[in-house]
Amino acid sequence: MVMDITFEKVGYTYQKGTPFESRALYDIDFDIKDGSYTALVGHTGSGKSTILRHLNALNKPTEGKVIIGDREIVSTTNNKNLKSIRKKVGIVFQFPESQLFEETIAKDIAFGPKNFGATEEEGVEIAKRMLPLVGLDETYMERSPFDLSGGQMRRVAIAGVLAMEPEVLVLDEPTAGLDPKGRKEMMDMFYQLYKEHGMTIVLVTHQMEDVASYANHVIILEQGTVVKEGPPREIFQNEPWLESKQLDVPATVSFASRLEERIGLRLGDIPLTTDELADQLVAHLASSSIEGGDAK
Amino acid sequence: MNKIITLNNLIYKYDETSIRPALNGVSLEIEEGEWIAIIGPNGSGKSTLAKTINGLIAPDSGEVFVDQLALTEENIWEIREKVGMVFQNPDNQFVGSTVQDDVAFGLENQAVPRDEMLKRVESALSQVKMLDFKEREPARLSGGQKQRVAIAGVVAIAPKIIILDEATSMLDPQGRQEVIETVQQIKEKENLTVISITHDIDEAANANRVLVMQEGKLVKEGTPQEIFSNGDQLIDMGLDLPFPEKLKVALEERGIKVPETYLTEEGMVEWLWTLLSKK
Repeated sequence: MVMDITFEKVGYTYQKGTPFESRALYDIDFDIKDGSYTALVGHTGSGKSTILRHLNALNKPTEGKVIIGDREIVSTTNNKNLKSIRKKVGIVFQFPESQLFEETIAKDIAFGPKNFGATEEEGVEIAKRMLPLVGLDETYMERSPFDLSGGQMRRVAIAGVLAMEPEVLVLDEPTAGLDPKGRKEMMDMFYQLYKEHGMTIVLVTHQMEDVASYANHVIILEQGTVVKEGPPREIFQNEPWLESKQLDVPATVSFASRLEERIGLRLGDIPLTTDELADQLVAHLASSSIEGGDAK
Repeated sequence: MNKIITLNNLIYKYDETSIRPALNGVSLEIEEGEWIAIIGPNGSGKSTLAKTINGLIAPDSGEVFVDQLALTEENIWEIREKVGMVFQNPDNQFVGSTVQDDVAFGLENQAVPRDEMLKRVESALSQVKMLDFKEREPARLSGGQKQRVAIAGVVAIAPKIIILDEATSMLDPQGRQEVIETVQQIKEKENLTVISITHDIDEAANANRVLVMQEGKLVKEGTPQEIFSNGDQLIDMGLDLPFPEKLKVALEERGIKVPETYLTEEGMVEWLWTLLSKK
């Protein structure tokens, strides 16, 4: 089944109808296409986390509707029968390793599937299949999750979400607290799930380099609503606009525009990765020279 | 110069069965007014080291001197007044129901008289530019604002040393900037000594000295420039490559000869400009 997620005029107000009500989202329209890699970007308090909770119906919109695959969620949708959605859309919350609790890694990974009716043997089978997806192997099955490093614990927690075999994987700042090496390994792992296993990925992040390197669609939120969306190259084209929203551009983009200003020449399309920029520079070195080259 | 911190051959194991000590013979001297960045991969012992300085962890062997006092069980409280710590997760370090209550918490513990306390809370909050938020609930602040309130809580005690234990790692770029600028300003004014444990290259660049930890040992030290010119090895030191270094690697792979010295972004722009104009 095609697992598009569509928001139509979605609004959400916390504690509606009480003196404490506060509006978190309003007037939100967007599509997360099946098989896409979408980045959700915005400052603290822009509504990212609230949106996240709508992606698998943990929250129901107070206005408008959210369509998840063939299901339509509105404010009056019954809380029963939402289980199938939760299975199809897996959410990895921040610091998911804090949710590990079983005595072995295999049991922790199999916990979700067993809740959904898998037998003991099926659980073991699923755990075995999930470990390599997160860069671990079978030797980890019987170990305690609490003897692992922080990065490994996080991988086990993610395996637990993958064990539900979701079609959409939602990641809320999945690399927070990891060192740069661990960050890169984890981002590569998600990219592999996207490329090789056809998973739809939704990534909440502050790291614009990750947005540029991995996502093919970007949604920018500000104070509870969408202020821009499009492919990364289009989004990062408009540096002054991003600056006015106090959002960063990837280092490659800001460096390229600084260099272009210095040499008085356009290098080409805005470079999303260091490799793209290096290719452009090499191409320029090989071709025409620059006017007024009075090098110091 | 006044030695504010001296560590002599610290050894510490979290539990007796662990194969490798978390600290494996660390010695270190820090002068008053320095800004030290400690870098290293996850699990290299950075936070453990920081926690020995205010006695949150007692080393199995070795000595800790803070402001010329040897840290002992008797003077641990006196020493903690000299060392303020700000931790990673802004949500795990609040006790007060309002911003000002939270900042006052440390002072209440020290039985500071009420008039004095009010003055110090106001002054600390104005230093971190959060005075307008004093009646607010900490839970409703942004990450950067929360960390600034945490810093105010530390500043109110008037410590000599402030330790930032990955204090900006959960913040967005704007929040990160706010926190670093705040610390810079306070450091200037109060001649604080700053120790920042970080994976962030921009934060490490503020230091006058960068220390690298690996597997419980200090393996390298130098100015940010010296350390950042280590190229690819930086990744194993728990840092990301600065952008000009990344670009150098990519150009080298494409057969272009690049300078060996560390280049800032500006330096890299100038070098490329020269290269592009020469042909």
